Amino acid sequence: MTELFVAVLVRDLRLASRRRIDALLPLVFFIVALSLFPLGVGPEAQTLRQIAPGIVWVCALLASMLSVNQLFAGDLADGSLEQMLLAPQPAVALAAAKSVVHWLLTGLPLILVTPLVGVLFDLSAPALGALVFGLVLGTPVLSLLGALGAALTLGLRSGGMLLILIVLPLATPALIFGAGAVGTVEAGLSASGHFSLLGALLIATAIGAPWATAAALRISTE
Amino acid sequence: MTPPPAGRSAVLETVDLAGQRGERALFEHLALALEPGTVTWLRGRNGRGKTSLLRVLAGLATPMAGEVLVHGQPQRRADPSWRTDLVYIGHQNALKDDLNSSEALAFLMQLGSVKPEPAQIDAALERLGVLHCRRALVRTLSQGQRRRVALARLALSLDKPLWLLDEPFDALDVDGIHALNALLAEHAARGGATLLTSHQALSLAEPVPRIFDLDRHGHA
Amino acid sequence: MNTPTKPPTAPLRLYTFAAPSRFYALTGALLPWLWAITLLLTAAGLYMGFFVAPTDATQGDAYRIIFIHVPAAWMTMLLYMVLAFWACIGWAFNARLASMLARAIAPTGAMFAFLALWTGAFWGRPTWGAWWVWDARLTSTLILFFLYLGYIALVNAIDDVRRADQAGALLALVGSINVPIIYFSVKWWNTLHQGATISFKQAPTMAATMLIAMLIMTFAFWAYAFAVVFMRVRAVVLEREAHTAWVDELTKGTRTP
Repeated sequence: MTELFVAVLVRDLRLASRRRIDALLPLVFFIVALSLFPLGVGPEAQTLRQIAPGIVWVCALLASMLSVNQLFAGDLADGSLEQMLLAPQPAVALAAAKSVVHWLLTGLPLILVTPLVGVLFDLSAPALGALVFGLVLGTPVLSLLGALGAALTLGLRSGGMLLILIVLPLATPALIFGAGAVGTVEAGLSASGHFSLLGALLIATAIGAPWATAAALRISTE
Repeated sequence: MTPPPAGRSAVLETVDLAGQRGERALFEHLALALEPGTVTWLRGRNGRGKTSLLRVLAGLATPMAGEVLVHGQPQRRADPSWRTDLVYIGHQNALKDDLNSSEALAFLMQLGSVKPEPAQIDAALERLGVLHCRRALVRTLSQGQRRRVALARLALSLDKPLWLLDEPFDALDVDGIHALNALLAEHAARGGATLLTSHQALSLAEPVPRIFDLDRHGHA
Repeated sequence: MNTPTKPPTAPLRLYTFAAPSRFYALTGALLPWLWAITLLLTAAGLYMGFFVAPTDATQGDAYRIIFIHVPAAWMTMLLYMVLAFWACIGWAFNARLASMLARAIAPTGAMFAFLALWTGAFWGRPTWGAWWVWDARLTSTLILFFLYLGYIALVNAIDDVRRADQAGALLALVGSINVPIIYFSVKWWNTLHQGATISFKQAPTMAATMLIAMLIMTFAFWAYAFAVVFMRVRAVVLEREAHTAWVDELTKGTRTP
C-alpha cells in the first residue's frame, strides 16, 4: 500500500514544484480574504480581536475548498486517474496520498502564515498559540473532507460550488472546536477539551474519509 | 453462440458477461477467452461497447451481469494484487504535461509495482524511437510522440501476462506501428495474452491475430 | 385424464414490491387512505394544539407554534436517516427502487427542515424579540437543511442515473454519520458562548394534552410524508421505466394501475 501512497505523493509534489505560482494561490486567497474583514467590519481593535479566530477559520475553510476542487480533475482529464485506480493496491492509499498532498500545499502554508495574521488582528500570544494549534489539528480534517467532496463531484460542471455546499456542513464541527478553543483561551481557561475533541475528530476522519473517497472515486469513474 | 473451447490455462475468461451504458445493455451473454501466446483483435462498429468491454475486463467498471475470471479466479472477489499481471492502456496516454518522458514513464511503471532502473527506462524509450525525448516535458511532445511514450510501458512489461490495449495504433506512423508489432510479437512469444482494438487493419503477422467480433458474439 | 390445474399464486414476499410495477400498483392503492389519515390527524392535532391545550403561564398563546415546530424538527431528522437507509440499500443491492425512494424523500425532508426553521422564527419573535436566534437545535436544523440541499444538488448535477444514485448514497451515509457529531458540536458551541440563556429548552413543562397534541401532529406529518413521497416516487418510476412494457400498457389504458 505504501508504494502507491509514496509514488502519488512524490509525483504530485514534483508537479506542484513546477507550477509554483499556482500552488501559492490558496495562500494568497487566504490573506486577501482575511484582509477584507476589517474593511467590512471596521478597524476597532477590540472587535477585530474578538472575531479573528472565526474569520481565520472560515477563510481557511474557503481557501481549502477552492483549491481542493482541482485535486483529481487534472488526473481525470489526462487518464492518469484511471491508471492510478488500476494499481494493484487499494484505492484508499491513493485517497490518503491526495489528501496529504492537499494539506501540504494548502493547510501547511496557512498554518505558517497565521502568526502574521495574529499581528494583523492584534491577538495575544496564548490566543495565537491556540489558533495555530487548532489549525494544525483541523486543517488535515478539511483536506480529508475536501478530497471526499472532490471525488464525489469529479467532472461535474457545477463542481466548485457544489463541492463547497456538500463539504461545509460536514466541516462545521472542526470550525466550532477550532475557533472556540481560541475564545476559551482568551477567557483565561484551558482549551484542552476543544483540542481533545479536535484530535478525536481528526483521527475519526483520517480513518473514515480515505475509505469513502476511494469509494467515491470508483463511483465517479465507472 | 457456443464459445470457443478455452484452454485450461486461459489468462482471462468471461462467463455470461453483460455490460451497460446508462440503463441500456451494450452486450450480453459474452463469452471470451484469452489464451497465453495470442493476440486477439476486438472488432465492432462505433458505439458497440469495445471500450466499455475493455474497461470491464480491466476491472475499471462493474459488469451488469456475469463474471470475469483471471487465471480462473473471479476478478471481483480477488484483492487488487492481481492487477500486477495487467497492463491497460486506454485512449488517453496518462502522461502528465509537466513531467518529462522519463519521469512520466517511471511513474506509470511504479503504479504497476515495478521500479525500473534509469537504463531500463532509456531502453524502453529507445525501443519506441523516442529516446531523444527523455528529458523533454510531455507538454512539448506531439501526439504521436506521446503515444509512443505511453506505449513504452509495454517494453518494460513483457513479463506481465495480460495486456489490454484500446486503439494502441492510433496516432502512430509506420515506424511506430512496426515497433508496436514487434512488442506484441515478443509478448506473445513469452506466453502473454493481448486483447486490443483497432480501427485500421492490423499488419501484425506473428502471431496471427484472432478476431473477436462484438457484433456477432455480443448478443444471445 | 389431465385436468388443467390453476397455477398457485406466488407467495407474498418482502421484496415482491421491489419490482417497480408492483410498487406502483401498491402505492396507488394506498394513496387515498394516506391523504385521508393526513387530513384527519392534522385537523385533530391542530385543534388540540390551538384550542384544547392550556395557555402557558409565561409565554401566553404564542408557544402554540411548537405543535408544528417540534414535530417538523423530529420529522426532518428522521427522514434524513430514512433517506440514508434507502439510498444505501439501493447502493448495496443495486436496487433501483430503493434509490428512487431516497431521492423522493429528500425534498420532503428539506421542506420539513425549512418549516421547522420558519416556525422556530415565529416562536422566537414574540418570545425573544428577534426573528432568529442561534439556538442549538435551530442551528443544527439549519445545518441539516444544508445537508439536504447538498444531497439534492449532487444527485441532480450528475447525469448518469447510476452514478447519481451511488454518489448520493455515499453522501447520505457520510452525512448521517456526521449528524450526531454536528448536533453535539453545535450544542457545545451554544452552551459556551454568552447567549446560553437563549434556548428553547425552556419550553413550558408539558401538560398531558400538549404532549398528545404533539404526538398526533407527528403522526399526521408522518402520513403526509408517506403520501407525498409515494406520489413523487410514482412519478420517478414512470419516468425511469418509460421504456418498459408495463408503463406502455399503463399509458395506453390497457392495464389497470
